[in-house]
Amino acid sequence: MNRKGLSVKTIVAIGIGAAVFVILNNYVSIPSPIPNTKIQTSYGFLALMAVVFGPIAGGLIGLIGHALSDTTSYGSVWWSWVVVSVFVGFFIGLVSKKINIESGIFGVRQIVTFNLVQFIVQAAGWFLIAPTLDILIYAEPSNKVFVQGLFAGIANIISVAIIGTILLIAYARTRGKTGSLTKDM
Amino acid sequence: MAVEMLSYIKRTSPVHELSGATKLILFIMWSSAAMLTYDTRILLFLFIMSIAIFMVSKIHFREISFVLYFILFFLLLNNMAIYIFSPQEGVRIYGTSHVLVDIAGRYNVTMEQLFYQFNITIKYFVVIPAALLFIVTTHPSEFAASLNRIGVPYKIAYAVSIALRYIPDIQRDFRNIAQSQQARGIDLSKKEKLFKRVKNTASIIIPLILSSLDRIEVITNAMELRGFGKNRKRTWYSGKSFKRADYFMLVLGACILGATLLITFHDGNRFYNPFV
Amino acid sequence: MKNAIIHFEHFTFKYRSQTEPTLHDINLTIHEGEKVLIVGPSGSGKSTLAHCINGLIPFSYSGEIHGSLKIKEKETKELDLFSISKMVGTVLQDPDGQFIGLSVAEDIAFALENDCIKQEQMKEQVMDVLKLIDMENYLEASIHELSGGQKQRVALGGVMVDQVEILLFDEPLANLDPATGKQAIELIDRIQKETSTTAIIVEHRLEDVLHRNVDRIIVMNEGRIVSDSTPDELLASNILGENHIREPLYVKALKYAGCTITHNMHTANLDQLDISSCKEQLQKWFENTQLQNSQDKEAPILEVENLTFGYHTGKKTLQNISFSIKKGEMVSIVGKNGAGKSTLSKLICGFEKVRSGRILYNGKDITNDSIRERSQIIGMVMQNPNQMISKHMIFDEVAMGLVMRGVPEEELRERVDKTLKVCGLYPYRNWPISALSFGQKKRVTIASILVLNPEVLILDEPTAGQDLRSYTDIMEFLMELNRSGVTILMITHDMHLMLEYTPRALVIADGRLIADDSAAHVLTNQAIIEKANLKETSLYDLAVRADIPDPLEFVARFIAYDKEARKIWQ
Ligand SMILES: Nc1ncnc2c1ncn2[C@@H]1O[C@H](COP(=O)(O)OP(=O)(O)OP(=O)(O)O)[C@@H](O)[C@H]1O
Ligand SMILES: Nc1ncnc2c1ncn2[C@@H]1O[C@H](COP(=O)(O)OP(=O)(O)OP(=O)(O)O)[C@@H](O)[C@H]1O
Ligand SMILES: [Mg+2]
Ligand SMILES: [Mg+2]
Repeated sequence: MNRKGLSVKTIVAIGIGAAVFVILNNYVSIPSPIPNTKIQTSYGFLALMAVVFGPIAGGLIGLIGHALSDTTSYGSVWWSWVVVSVFVGFFIGLVSKKINIESGIFGVRQIVTFNLVQFIVQAAGWFLIAPTLDILIYAEPSNKVFVQGLFAGIANIISVAIIGTILLIAYARTRGKTGSLTKDM
Repeated sequence: MAVEMLSYIKRTSPVHELSGATKLILFIMWSSAAMLTYDTRILLFLFIMSIAIFMVSKIHFREISFVLYFILFFLLLNNMAIYIFSPQEGVRIYGTSHVLVDIAGRYNVTMEQLFYQFNITIKYFVVIPAALLFIVTTHPSEFAASLNRIGVPYKIAYAVSIALRYIPDIQRDFRNIAQSQQARGIDLSKKEKLFKRVKNTASIIIPLILSSLDRIEVITNAMELRGFGKNRKRTWYSGKSFKRADYFMLVLGACILGATLLITFHDGNRFYNPFV
Repeated sequence: MKNAIIHFEHFTFKYRSQTEPTLHDINLTIHEGEKVLIVGPSGSGKSTLAHCINGLIPFSYSGEIHGSLKIKEKETKELDLFSISKMVGTVLQDPDGQFIGLSVAEDIAFALENDCIKQEQMKEQVMDVLKLIDMENYLEASIHELSGGQKQRVALGGVMVDQVEILLFDEPLANLDPATGKQAIELIDRIQKETSTTAIIVEHRLEDVLHRNVDRIIVMNEGRIVSDSTPDELLASNILGENHIREPLYVKALKYAGCTITHNMHTANLDQLDISSCKEQLQKWFENTQLQNSQDKEAPILEVENLTFGYHTGKKTLQNISFSIKKGEMVSIVGKNGAGKSTLSKLICGFEKVRSGRILYNGKDITNDSIRERSQIIGMVMQNPNQMISKHMIFDEVAMGLVMRGVPEEELRERVDKTLKVCGLYPYRNWPISALSFGQKKRVTIASILVLNPEVLILDEPTAGQDLRSYTDIMEFLMELNRSGVTILMITHDMHLMLEYTPRALVIADGRLIADDSAAHVLTNQAIIEKANLKETSLYDLAVRADIPDPLEFVARFIAYDKEARKIWQ
């Protein structure tokens, strides 16, 4: 079916992806060895969706998911960081063609590519874009926002490295290979 | 885990009556005004207005108070962080230094710093009632229709609608998965060791995510079977048409935004400076 | 003869991930305005066939197609999903996937919205459909507040609103209580007649569908069509029995009594059944069949005292429920859709916290115990399998509870294999769960709890969507467990299951316990039947019509006899 615009599946993926992002962001974090700090699972999930459904889905899940998650829990949206979520989702999604997760193969080479990309994209997003926007929009002190960006960036890079990689491996396994199922009596 | 989330509260009030698109545009104008200006007089004016609109909406304070505590706590942290990182930010901005208390080194308390942080805080107090109101007075299904009306492609608007529709489902799924995993022996309490807890969390989010991916397929099928995406446009069952009040509010909102920008930027500085 | 509207010719289909085709050489013609029922064991390819008709195959599920399928003279491969959906309206089998809108009205309007219908007209059309499905009071209800049965009705509504020529129902009765099921069949019948559409129904509950006339019944097994005939012809033959499909009970009783069934006896409809030639034989059979029954009572194992609960403040889902279950009992919980049966089971397992009241296990108060503590003694199979499945592979899913309990590898393998066999899943043990049919998924969840050997077992609709063979296998295994002392609570809409296996029944209506009595008594109390949307069995009617003095006893004897007769399978 060749229709203009996004496929229905991509639309649904954006919607469901954003919903899951909200739930993960609000409720599900992994305890870390440092007391009172938790690692968000949501960015690992965002990376998975970006790789599976491509850059547009990745960017929009970042946008809708982050904005909804902010509004439902704080009542206001921190736009500068939402922009970074869009950026991260979009650019991780751009590599998806290289990885081709649908083939069911996600080996060492793909893992390295994926993590390299996510590191570069997130570093640019959290260490540079987020603080710059914070200063421009909110006129916050620059050293504060750079330190904040640094912490958020490191945490999210770790989240994607652990959760994102695990999820992609799990997902690749579900891509059944063609003609592989038989009944064993 | 079932922390409350903000959601639509059904009521009859002039605010509820407005079309979702109107409220969305107003909200965007309102928050742009609040975001751009640091003019204290305008901020105070906007703040008082938003309290007034809040009262008109018949939403009770206690219905949203749980979020407010959250926000207050966040604001407190943010203020502390600003002070710790940059105790002289106010002095830098306003160009004078009226010291009230000396603590150590850079760390003193100046009127400028207090005023600067007061401004940052009140900006939130301007946006928050508006945002809360927008969320609790706009029916989620009308929201998608509104997005479409203000120019967002309908497919993307519908994606937002799907997200809103499925947040409770996924929350329930998450609970059910957690419950059925616990019923089969997984311990989610803090008693377990760190590594075990990481593993246990993974054993819940992996099924949650994989089942959501399956769900994408099922929903896609159902939507395609009922003809989603076949036309360039679609109509909305719960869309609201514009009434006179909508136009009036939009014009009013535009005036406020215009005035704000004019007053804020006419002298080339976003900050209102009472110290000179 | 009317025009052919659907036409399969040497049609074969293989899912991409399978090595063997799921559908083999299908030849089938369905004519305009016909009403056709498709039956077959679980996993025989009914849903797959339905997907071919509505276009999901090949446009959503990829695979290999050979042969041809034409709808209204057009080859489906050459169409697209939208043009097919203009002709075919589908109610899907999976209860989760069907709803898209946030509220009832919106969901029903979905297809209209996509057709760019104007709002006012849409509102009218939606209201008409709501009246049709008897949900006009739920216009604004959010989908999350509906019970399984109410959801099913909305799903029907959502399809009916779009005026299609072919209506396709994949197990429309799966979650409905008996009375609602009856209404649904009447509804489908009425709509099909009024709009003269073609209707195709896939359903396990043959007897319930036959409540209204159908033109033809197609029997499938192992991906092939094994029979295509009128109901009267089919019921006169042995095809249903051979393919493990439950015959209408009254037909079975006639066969047990040794009556010769001919296709001009109008067997398809009990009201029209010509019984004159069989009366005597039935009476004789009744006199010759004996029943032995003994039940010894033990101490209570599970007691519920004044339980009250509501999901939201102000609204009570359950009120003042009290009952006590004795060790080794097998009890069914019945009642209409949305009455609170599933909620009750969640409270017993600690998934939800009671508002007031107590739950006792062996006399000990467990009201405040955690889910995990209770799970050591109480096992629960939830109504919706999707909410329980957490692993990718079948074997891992069933083994998970044992792994968590640290059971050694060898014992684990043995126990899992045994349970998989009981549930008829052994051949699939190395498959991903995503490649299973709905009924098979449900069995996976049953297996994953059975393997843990709980003291008390709660099953929420264990036999929904199962064929007679899996039904018998599962139920006999449960009986065996029960004999060895396991206490079993079963939520069900299947009146026959209740009579057959559970001596006692709890009846819930609108959040209250309205009866706690023997299953047979419940089904003869007209007031309770009406209040809780139950239905008496056709056996009872048959006995009355055959002038048998004690119809209740007739039902009991039939059940005992039938159970013995089915033992041969094991
Ligand atoms: N998406 C799929 N991918 C691979 N194989 C599948 C898929 N869906 C179904 N199958 C296979 O096709 C067979 C028939 O499935 P189908 O859903 O048509 O059965 P059914 O007759 O509808 O059963 P039930 O009564 O349990 O719903 C199943 O045994 C399954 O192995
Ligand atoms: N998680 C929930 N939140 C809010 N309301 C709920 C929830 N689950 C069920 N309900 C409501 O509680 C009532 C009882 O639901 P329950 O699922 O227990 O019914 P049931 O007897 O199992 O029905 P069915 O036979 O259709 O499965 C229904 O009105 C339903 O809408
Ligand atoms: Mg099926
Ligand atoms: Mg239920």
